[in-house]
Amino acid sequence: MTDQAYNFAYLDEQTKRMIRRAILKGLAVPGYQVPFASREMPMPYGWGTGGVQVTSATLVPEDRLKVIDQGADDTTNAVSIRKFFEKTAQVETTEETTQATVIQTRHRIPEEPLSEDQILVYQVPIPEPLRFLEPRETETRKMHALEEYGLMHVKLYEDVAQHGTIATSYAYPVKVEGRYVMDPSPIPKFDNPKMTMDAIQLFGAGREQRIYALPPHTEVVSLDFEDHPFDPSKAEHPCHICGAEDAYLDEVIVDDDGTRMFVCSDTDYCRSRVEAAEGKE
Amino acid sequence: MTPLLSVRDIAKFYGQRIGCTDVSFDLYPGEVMGVVGESGSGKSTLLNCLAGHLPPDTGEVFFDTREAGLRDTLTMSEPERRMLSRTDWAFVHQHARDGLRMGVSAGGNVGERLMAVGARHYGDIRAAAVDWLGRVEITEDRVDDRPTAFSGGMQQRLQLARNLVTGPRLVFMDEPTGGLDVSVQARLLDLLRGLVREMGLSAIIVTHDLAVVRLLADRLMVMKDGRVVETGLTDQVLDDPQHGYTQLLVSSVLQV
Repeated sequence: MTDQAYNFAYLDEQTKRMIRRAILKGLAVPGYQVPFASREMPMPYGWGTGGVQVTSATLVPEDRLKVIDQGADDTTNAVSIRKFFEKTAQVETTEETTQATVIQTRHRIPEEPLSEDQILVYQVPIPEPLRFLEPRETETRKMHALEEYGLMHVKLYEDVAQHGTIATSYAYPVKVEGRYVMDPSPIPKFDNPKMTMDAIQLFGAGREQRIYALPPHTEVVSLDFEDHPFDPSKAEHPCHICGAEDAYLDEVIVDDDGTRMFVCSDTDYCRSRVEAAEGKE
Repeated sequence: MTPLLSVRDIAKFYGQRIGCTDVSFDLYPGEVMGVVGESGSGKSTLLNCLAGHLPPDTGEVFFDTREAGLRDTLTMSEPERRMLSRTDWAFVHQHARDGLRMGVSAGGNVGERLMAVGARHYGDIRAAAVDWLGRVEITEDRVDDRPTAFSGGMQQRLQLARNLVTGPRLVFMDEPTGGLDVSVQARLLDLLRGLVREMGLSAIIVTHDLAVVRLLADRLMVMKDGRVVETGLTDQVLDDPQHGYTQLLVSSVLQV
């Protein structure tokens, strides 16, 4: 089969239309989980089938795509999804955050602030923030509809009671425009404050068949207690490679003695800082 | 005096079968009413209809709301009804497991209703939880234990604390002492009686245990086959039963 046998960006036009309708509805009701008829994709669930479908419905031939996995451009998931769209959509790809028009991400928001002409697509494993507290879908839907979010704070209460502080460090629940409580996908809570941004944010959950979205400049507030306020923490180190103090860091064990190194999780950010420093010298 | 709860001609059918029918009564503030009858007599169906868990087929249930006075809770919108059921109403289940979150600590269980009505200060929520656990005789060092680590009696007391923390005015109880052994049951009843008097609660208690209503209830309603067969003051009904079925019920109690 030749590459031309694929429709542009793999999915057929009717499917993309259906997904776009869900995206538009999601943008109209920020934070609301819109059900959609998720398709079988040529990759296993949990590898970003939701994000890939949203990206597929969003891409136009002029787009330049960047794909990151935990902030990195060179990990398996990122490389294979990038290759997938190179092959099926023949769009340009890039590793530079500022050059990309569409960025598909797993578990991170790039350090570089995004602009109004960019779209950030998240891969979401479990879109329902209340799921682990209330297993019934009928009940969680009702709770969203009636804005009954006391239960979300029960989870935070349990955290403080057990650990003395809110120990949730990723997938930290947020409230969108004072209405819907939303799962920001498993990004570190360090990234939560960045969610009020200039770019459009789209969230796709393939297995769970849900799409939700945040239009630009949407107010996103992390839930907390008055006496235990939200704290977007990160490791207390500078990056070992580029020296950045303000970037989210990965902890890397480098030898059998357990020697540790902290490096930027956003590889493009780290590389561009190193290049800029070398340029100055 | 306005009744706190005014029930008119409640009927609930399960297909051709009667769940309960023709039930009407008024409950006044501070009053405790017992509903007794054998299994299948429609007691629990009635209670669930009143508490909004089951939609009755006909009838009206007026509740004296704080804002707007008497309102029919059945025609109320769902958000309003759910708001009532976490503020002014409380529901104590027979099995504590139905009324508790078993995966959440005792403190979290008590705090849930507070957080559901907007409490966002951890210290205050915890202090209220500890205070209420104390009132139902659960010591402070158990506040972070899960209900799975509690005995049946403690679970039931925890369920009470969880329900009463928002200061409800009307408590629905479905066999609150069912399945507990007699000494634990006696302590729970003692506690319940204290709380009801102290907080001026109104309550509707569904039970098949006549001793429980003798201790707790001011008034009694006897049900058989989905209908009310006799009503009256508790002592009057129990000491001088008029209806044949009530006579049978009273004389069936085992004497020690």
